[in-house]
Amino acid sequence: MITAVAAFGSVFLLGWIVWKVINLAWPAIDKYGLAFITEDTWDPVKRTFGALPFIYGTAVSSLIALVIATPLAIGIALWLTELAPRGVRGIVGSLVEVLAAIPSVVLGLWGILVLGPFLAQHLEPWLHEHLGFIPIFGPPSPTGTGLFTAGLILTIMVVPIVASICRELFLQVPNELEEGALALGSTRWEMVRGVILPATRTGIAAAIILGLGRALGEAIAVTQVIGGGTQISSNIFGPSDTLASKIAASYQGADPIEQSSLLYLAAILLVIGLIANFGAQIIVRRFDPLRDAH
Amino acid sequence: MAAATPQVSLRATGSLRRRRIVNKIMEGVGTAAALLAVAVLVVVTVSVAVRAAPALSWDFLTQPPNLFGGPGGGISSAIIGSALIVGMATALALPVGVLIAIYLTEFAPRAVAAPIQLALDVLNGLPTIVVGIFVYGILVIGHLQSAYAGAVALSIVMLPLVSRAAQETLLLVPSALREASLALGVSRWRTVVGVILPTTFGGIMTGAVLAVARAAGETAPLLFTCSIFSPDVSTDVTKALPNIPVLIFTYSEQPDPALHEQAWGAALVLMVFVLVASLGAKALLARSRRKLGR
Repeated sequence: MITAVAAFGSVFLLGWIVWKVINLAWPAIDKYGLAFITEDTWDPVKRTFGALPFIYGTAVSSLIALVIATPLAIGIALWLTELAPRGVRGIVGSLVEVLAAIPSVVLGLWGILVLGPFLAQHLEPWLHEHLGFIPIFGPPSPTGTGLFTAGLILTIMVVPIVASICRELFLQVPNELEEGALALGSTRWEMVRGVILPATRTGIAAAIILGLGRALGEAIAVTQVIGGGTQISSNIFGPSDTLASKIAASYQGADPIEQSSLLYLAAILLVIGLIANFGAQIIVRRFDPLRDAH
Repeated sequence: MAAATPQVSLRATGSLRRRRIVNKIMEGVGTAAALLAVAVLVVVTVSVAVRAAPALSWDFLTQPPNLFGGPGGGISSAIIGSALIVGMATALALPVGVLIAIYLTEFAPRAVAAPIQLALDVLNGLPTIVVGIFVYGILVIGHLQSAYAGAVALSIVMLPLVSRAAQETLLLVPSALREASLALGVSRWRTVVGVILPTTFGGIMTGAVLAVARAAGETAPLLFTCSIFSPDVSTDVTKALPNIPVLIFTYSEQPDPALHEQAWGAALVLMVFVLVASLGAKALLARSRRKLGR
């Protein structure tokens, strides 16, 4: 049956991708072993390669994105399901989805030429001046490229994903429960906090992990705005690189040894991406209306 | 979801006045979050449009770039290249995606459908640069970059989107229609081809358009498969062809303001295409769903 071949083909394809990427990275995996992951130097001249600076960059930029995006996305989803007047609900809902449709390369272009300079001239100096005693708000970057800018661009990408999943979740909370809480005299916010959020907690977690998966793997927009650097620094305004952006930025023009190390980074990214996606999908399955329809 | 016992006591605490104020504040936060998302969309769209305006002209759309990246010239070769690559990717992903969807909705036992669906969802969340590296590994190493390698990479990105959209439409087909055909002694496969596919044609096509809109803006899969090209107009798919996402990416990384202007122009062309396609498809999708009765 040709349809079955196609369907099993997709499982095969996923397996093939995993095998091929690890296979490509094998020379570096074989050479450096697991110590590669904790090595904090990336120096093509000295032939020392380690993934730690990029794992750090990936973690920090994704963390910035999630910290800002999660409350925003939940707020948007709550507004759309509980507060929005009927007339504007559909429009705002579609606009938030349109935000997800903006190509990442366009968002990156905007990030490097509009958002970056704005941050460098206004927000970053202000944060450094007033909150500079916290080490993460170090000296502002001169051009506006850095971890913070990358985190904000990722926020714009993550918000629509998390918001649309949360919206679906909130719609599934039985009306009787919401009305019951309201009938008992709770305010709308108390109803949200006491009924909606607890009932959808697991689903929200899955939505955040899916958003994380997107933030971890974004290569292009991050490459454009993160500035490029191999130092681990506590200053979030400084240049850095994520796993994905390092691969995108350095592969052309790298010699074979650096290339195979970059492929090792890709294999690490693949493994992290697989873990995040499998995890989120397994949680989200409980809420997936499609699944029950089979 | 049934076990949605309130985790927070719904009993009133504090004064009613305070509870009302907290409620108002939280409602305000939700509204502000929704407004912020819409504002970001507007700011990005407007700044792309404003900055692209000087670059736009008839020549910009119909002329190839000037050699050596000088000012003037257009992006016609990139538009043609992008159309060819995305067209080939659609030709690969659409039939396979529809076959997968048919298998999952019409034929597969649930125990078989679940893991395949999981594989598709994980494939959908995989970092797209990893997909690019996979295709680089199987088609580019030992050969050269080519438009068809880029198309294969994009088709992998499109596949889960197409099959999910097709599944959602197929599930809406009333079972009465299916049963009527089967009762007339028509085989299951003939039922699919003769009855189910024609009813769902519109829905599947709009899903395909959404996937095309997504693929048109994808840069990361092309970076490893179709990014080193001569800027001339060409339709030779065995060579790497210029394309819009990679052009925007490369120009945005250059310091030359003339190239930035070209990048903004190309970004506007891409955004208009993506937004028109995705908004149009969503409107059609909503209509075809209503027609199938939900």
